Amino acid sequence: MNALHANELLRVEGLSKTFTLHLHGGARLPVLHGVSFTVAAGECVVLAGPSGVGKSSILKMALGNYLVGEGRILVADGERVIDLARADAREILDARRRIIGYVSQFLRVIPRIGAIDIVAAAAQESGLDRAAARERAASLLARLGLPERLWSLPPATFSGGEQQRVNIARGFAGRHRLLILDEPTASLDAANRQAVIDLIAERKARGTGFLATFHDEDVRLRVADRVVDVSRFSDREAA
Amino acid sequence: MTAPLLSAQGLCKRFGAIAACRDVSFELNEGEALTIVGESGSGKTTLLNLIGGALAADAGEVVYRLRDGTARALSSLTEAERRALMRTDWGFVHQDAARGLRMGVSAGGNIGERLMALGDRHYGRIRENALEWLARVEIAATRVDDPPTTYSGGMRQRLQIARNLVTRPRLVFMDEPTGGLDVSVQARLLDLMRGLIADMGLAVVLVTHDLAVARLLSHRMLVMKGGEVVESGLTDRVLDDPQAPYTQLLVSSVLAA
Repeated sequence: MNALHANELLRVEGLSKTFTLHLHGGARLPVLHGVSFTVAAGECVVLAGPSGVGKSSILKMALGNYLVGEGRILVADGERVIDLARADAREILDARRRIIGYVSQFLRVIPRIGAIDIVAAAAQESGLDRAAARERAASLLARLGLPERLWSLPPATFSGGEQQRVNIARGFAGRHRLLILDEPTASLDAANRQAVIDLIAERKARGTGFLATFHDEDVRLRVADRVVDVSRFSDREAA
Repeated sequence: MTAPLLSAQGLCKRFGAIAACRDVSFELNEGEALTIVGESGSGKTTLLNLIGGALAADAGEVVYRLRDGTARALSSLTEAERRALMRTDWGFVHQDAARGLRMGVSAGGNIGERLMALGDRHYGRIRENALEWLARVEIAATRVDDPPTTYSGGMRQRLQIARNLVTRPRLVFMDEPTGGLDVSVQARLLDLMRGLIADMGLAVVLVTHDLAVARLLSHRMLVMKGGEVVESGLTDRVLDDPQAPYTQLLVSSVLAA
């Protein structure tokens, strides 16, 4: 039975992941087993544990970017429930457009496209019209303190922190009910970290659920409703 | 459920003792871009030729949903129907622009030709259309009367794209469209193609050995080796968590895709 309890946006059950390295004699590298947790509407669940423990692998499986070994990743889609562990490519792309947003650790730069257009495109994908999408992009970039003279420029030449703010704006531009954040604040200064914390709080208040990892303890303490210790699911010795 | 725009079912092709394509199946809808990757000799160009109707399959079938909504096996089309399809609803962007352009004819003529093939005889309208498309592919209007022999490699590829898209096709085949171009020229072309694919809701079948191009342009990927599909799926999943030994080799052989 694919079922979610009331208010749950995400339910991960018995998830496992093993990499098979065919170029290294078929070595099997177990990473995770028995991963189980839930994310409810308006809740921020933070994955914690030492580096190499498998936090990012969980986020990537929840996005359909890594293949799932065993287990289920149930995601609420209105009245329906999707199991991302079994979804095909089209269903995953559709879920990413409408349901699950993502902020990666680094911006994958697209040649020649201006920062504001990158952010507006994400807003438009989730259903806003052109004008509204642009307005939303401008307001996010302003809140994240990206100097206005940079907005129309492609981010390739921006500093790491500036690129990351474009990345965060892009992730928050849509109307996804579930946002996955992979160390979004790692390259930001205190003022911009605060802006991100405020954005998270606002979206939580409107019912968005978060699954996140944070590099710094301070941010984690301020946004996490629950912390899931990934080491208890890990097959690796802590690095 | 409407039929997929394009559906390949169990395609096989042998050249003598060599199986160039073995039991390949996939489906494609409007707005979806599919990349076929693999090294030279993996069968990716054969597959493209089978889908595009340039080669006849030994077994299997390609079914295409025509503009009137009927799904037809390509092998059941008359020669006239097939030609009409290729001139209007399909586009072909070749690595070698000389295969996709008339090198002795002006740029405007290259774009206008496909419109004239559709029966448009109004010179002013054809020229207006040609100028509009030159602008969309970022070629200066002052070059409209020059033949592509006077164009750079990147400009030729952009002209090829304009020539193909002017009839508003629903499906475009691309064979190594950025091959042989300088990296900076590639970026401009890729970015242009990305925008056009999204704006026009095109279905695209792209053959490339460049994984970065695949990541930027396509939603799904087929990885081919020895005429067989060894792995398929969401492009970023295949590139970031490859399962098949051959895909792992491909991905680990490039710096950062």
